[in-house]
Amino acid sequence: MDLGQINPVLLVASLMVAATPLLLAAIGELVVEKSGVLNLGVEGMMIVGAISGFAISVETGSPWLGFVAAAIGGAVLSLLFVLLTQFALANQVASGLALTLFGLGFSALIGQSYVGIKPPSMGDIHIPLISDIPVVGPILFQHDPILYLGIAITAAVWAVLKYTRVGLILRAVGENHDAAHALGYKVIKIRILAIMFGGACAGLGGAYISLIRVPQWTEGMTAGVGWIALALVVFASWKPWRVLLGAYLFGGITVLQLNLQAAGVAIPVEYLAMSPYIITILVLVILSADKSSAPASLGRIFHASH
Amino acid sequence: MKFTALLTSAAMALGLASGAMAEDKTKVGFVYVGPVGDGGWTYEHDKGRQAVEKEFGDKVETVFVESVPEGPDAERVMTQMALEGADLIFTTSFGYMDPTINVAKKFPNVKFEHATGYKTADNVSVYSARFYEGRAVQGHIAGKMTKSNIIGYIGSYPIPEVIRGINSAYIHAKKVNPDVEFKIVWAYTWFDPAKEADAATVLIEQGADVILQHTDSTAPQAAAQEAGNVITFGQASDMSEYAPLPRVSSIIDNWAPYYIARTKAVMDGTWTSSNTWDGIGAGMVEIGEISDAVPADVKEEALALKAALADGSYHAFTGPLKKQDGSDWLAEGETADDGTLAGMNFYVEGLEGEIPQ
Repeated sequence: MDLGQINPVLLVASLMVAATPLLLAAIGELVVEKSGVLNLGVEGMMIVGAISGFAISVETGSPWLGFVAAAIGGAVLSLLFVLLTQFALANQVASGLALTLFGLGFSALIGQSYVGIKPPSMGDIHIPLISDIPVVGPILFQHDPILYLGIAITAAVWAVLKYTRVGLILRAVGENHDAAHALGYKVIKIRILAIMFGGACAGLGGAYISLIRVPQWTEGMTAGVGWIALALVVFASWKPWRVLLGAYLFGGITVLQLNLQAAGVAIPVEYLAMSPYIITILVLVILSADKSSAPASLGRIFHASH
Repeated sequence: MKFTALLTSAAMALGLASGAMAEDKTKVGFVYVGPVGDGGWTYEHDKGRQAVEKEFGDKVETVFVESVPEGPDAERVMTQMALEGADLIFTTSFGYMDPTINVAKKFPNVKFEHATGYKTADNVSVYSARFYEGRAVQGHIAGKMTKSNIIGYIGSYPIPEVIRGINSAYIHAKKVNPDVEFKIVWAYTWFDPAKEADAATVLIEQGADVILQHTDSTAPQAAAQEAGNVITFGQASDMSEYAPLPRVSSIIDNWAPYYIARTKAVMDGTWTSSNTWDGIGAGMVEIGEISDAVPADVKEEALALKAALADGSYHAFTGPLKKQDGSDWLAEGETADDGTLAGMNFYVEGLEGEIPQ
């Protein structure tokens, strides 16, 4: 065992990369759930984002267009969920699961001709001067733009929910849709926008895997990140910064355990392999002791006649 | 193009459902664990199936079902194939072992061939390839090419198959480079591109400039390419889209000759239950083209090693070899027997770390 082989700077830098898809998907789902909708289709929207982002960036040669397409792809798929739950008033849990199954199958179908192709690289931003600072530079200022976008979205979601009128309305709809409706807010319209935002974020998260983290296309490559994102929102008690913390914790320990394995640490590999799940859950459970609870209308169907 | 492919598979599924069309044809079924487009394991088995079609033309009819989970579904699919008149069924994943035996009992006139298992019956054969011979060649190239003397190895599950590969690669890397050190990371998956990419990145960050993998995706190749100055090897499939660098060579599973031979045996009525474990010599394991990134002399040595393994003049596990704990395993000149290899659960001397139990 030689822990000296683990470079902490590289470790922190790569944990941020490993955490970004999870962060993007979870922060989108947080907004959806804040509006009182439970969308279990995150995995499906991610994988559709992964293939649409991959396909468009390969066809156009521009990773930027790829990410735009991924966000659109995820949002368009979420419209299916909108149709089922907001207009047909179908059960949200069942619709979400159906969305995931549909997304996995659909992405495999359109992805058939993209197996084995290399996508164009986005490259990292090296901010002049500050990216050259030892330790801090490589950790904070030498990443791809989408990683910063993830953090920016988190900050924006936090600020909007906490300080703006839009955030207040969104939360009102999620806490008590009948009261919000009585006050004259368009509950369905607000929820549709929230669901589409969630879809766009999940799509970005998926494309981050297929365009930056791996980068290639293979069937089922999101490999359960969407489900972890769903759990993360709950354990983070619907608080944006805790979602960020949870995502970094999970990504960090995933990368750390691989590092420890490679360094030959004498902990049985099975324990290392499950550590990201256990530690993330433990920390977030302890943090959630402040009794923050789920939005009161979460998962309930709204119809104006009720 | 995509739609034609789709229509073809749909037509095949229909063919499977609507029964044998021509009674005199020999019908051969294939059960796959992944999609035929996975670029690795299932992709190569399907190439074998296509080779059978090409070889016998109108005399055979092949059917396949892809992405069959290892469980009750597998039994259902095999039963369906047998009911539809298949004469020979290849089941191509370790987890199909018990389902194959179960279904074979119900259809004594249908021949079954199970890949990588060990349970046989009167109408069930097993077959696998000596991938460790290919690993020996890779290990040789890896030992010669590494500058940092650190070689990273991404393991899937700690089963004999994978441990054999690690030992074989290590022995031959060590032979040409006594300073070489292996870093092994267990991914606990056959296929998870994000995790495989992370594992490769970690190994590279800890100084590895050669990455060997026993997982099925090309994600480690992509990670190595990103890092630069790291070499990799294709696994199961050639993965030539990453040649000449980082992929400098590969182990390719070539099932075609075996599938053709066994189909022919069924046609001739000479088929008997057998246990096949072939390597480079029989062509079941191939070494993908060694790219020009490898110096000419190293390439020559690697090809010589390949030839020696092929004609049987050299065995990949030849003594003197000790186990990791220092106890003797093989004496000078002694070679390992197949029983020990098939159940290999120890590292050879020099490898660090423990095998997860």
